[in-house]
Amino acid sequence: MWAPAIKVENLTVRYPLAEKPGLNNISFDIQKGEMIGIIGPCLAGKTSLCLCLKGLIPHMVTALMEGTVQIEGIDTRQSKVPELAKKVGMVLDDPEAQLTQLTVKEEIAFGLQNLGVPRDEIEKRVAEMIDLVGLKGLEDRAPIDLSGGQQQRLSIGSVLAMYPDILVLDEPTSNLDPIGKEEVFEVLSSLKGEKHMTIVVVENDVERLAVFADRVIFLSAGEIATIGPPSKVFNEIDLLEAKGENSPQVTTLCSRIKRGRSWPWDTLPINVKEAHDRISQVYEIR
Amino acid sequence: MSKSENLIAVEELWHIYAGNVEALKGINLNIRRSEVTAIVGQNGSGKTTLVKHFNGLLRPTRGRVLLEGAETKTYKPKEIVRKVGYVFQNPTHQLFCTSIEEEIAFGPRNLGLEQSEVKQRVEDAIMAFRLDKYRDIHPLRLSFPLRKMLAIASVYVMHPDALVLDEPTTGQDHVGIALIERTINQLKSEGRTLILVSHDMPLVAGTADRAVVMRDGTVVADAHPKELFSNDSLMKETHLMPPQVTRLSQMFTDPRIPHNVLTVDEMFSTLEKLHK
Repeated sequence: MWAPAIKVENLTVRYPLAEKPGLNNISFDIQKGEMIGIIGPCLAGKTSLCLCLKGLIPHMVTALMEGTVQIEGIDTRQSKVPELAKKVGMVLDDPEAQLTQLTVKEEIAFGLQNLGVPRDEIEKRVAEMIDLVGLKGLEDRAPIDLSGGQQQRLSIGSVLAMYPDILVLDEPTSNLDPIGKEEVFEVLSSLKGEKHMTIVVVENDVERLAVFADRVIFLSAGEIATIGPPSKVFNEIDLLEAKGENSPQVTTLCSRIKRGRSWPWDTLPINVKEAHDRISQVYEIR
Repeated sequence: MSKSENLIAVEELWHIYAGNVEALKGINLNIRRSEVTAIVGQNGSGKTTLVKHFNGLLRPTRGRVLLEGAETKTYKPKEIVRKVGYVFQNPTHQLFCTSIEEEIAFGPRNLGLEQSEVKQRVEDAIMAFRLDKYRDIHPLRLSFPLRKMLAIASVYVMHPDALVLDEPTTGQDHVGIALIERTINQLKSEGRTLILVSHDMPLVAGTADRAVVMRDGTVVADAHPKELFSNDSLMKETHLMPPQVTRLSQMFTDPRIPHNVLTVDEMFSTLEKLHK
């Protein structure tokens, strides 16, 4: 049998001086081609998990790691950051923290140059990425002068240019306008569909995860509070609420309706269309 | 000078960045006192450039920006910071002290306040934004959402008449967003003026008295969120998306369900009224 894209076993991460571990004995597998959404409040361990998937923990960040993380069957502890960089691309939540070059074009080319990709291939990929993340016409602008959302799309483009098998994104759409968010998720969805890319995305927009994610991991205080398809996770609305997380607005609404009225279904809807169907029946309206 | 209804008046404002990039193209806009004005629109439409003129961070290329009737450029920095506080989109741009307490105390200290007053205000701000667990931590070691919370706190502590919040909920979790929303509504009830730049439509729906929509350096609409979110063609044209619950309300054809429901609470009570 093929190794899963990502295999995490009994992973614990401790930071110096911190009382509690950042991640506490978590285990899960991600199959190739899956899109996984990670949700959870601040300090739940979402970014720590991303750093582990990229091998920056244990190799770069000052933290103690127990347990194992395997990327396509390779133990990150036994591998090196430059090796892992070819397999796993990571987009940070603060785009300015990863933009270093003087122009948009150079920014996208930078990672490729470091991997020793031939010049004409670099030019081809730069053009492809500019198109993909919608930065046409801004090729020669300085990344620092772009709007927050444009910077975010640029950092995604510069990582995607390296054609990683696995893409880890830490709140990649936090600075984007609603349509920009939609575009990023459309891009992720097509990467998953066409390139069979494995995608792990930390995202607090639960309404979008309800549409796009195959599975959702809800982290709370360093542990997996629940994991499963969006329809399962967002139906655990009391658990989410108690641990400081949101459900889609329509799920919250229907859970309130369900408390006072007869609700002949096993589950609560997680998208607008389902919610419309069920509410129409409950209140006999159109 | 009598206090007019308008705190800020923007007249024929143009801003052109180096390289002849026309970021603002003749904006006319009044910011009324004690209102929450949301500035919305696509990335790159000029929202941040506009609000950076409200406290003189940017000077007009052409046109004027009046704060209480006088051009922003006539104010000294220490005068203007008491009137308009500005929280950057990227908190890292405004943090430079070595602890959270220091960071929050920096502004009030520079106002020349009594030490006891500084201490009191810092304490209030730390508690209001739930930063008490992190008092002694270096600001740049905080996570992005906590840095953002700190940036808001360090401006809030100056007690300015108006606060400009550029994307205040970016990166915040559910609890953080609820805290920010509550704080905005509380400041509004105290009579402060708030200007929000935000893509967070549920936040706009839950707090704003008025939404100004920008596109390509111009103002294309200026209306109450209810009016805005029910204007389909404008939503499409400006690439905005109403909150999920508003979109749900728009799917019903029953005339008793308005097409501009803004919050989950409002939708729930609208539905419950149908069948008491």
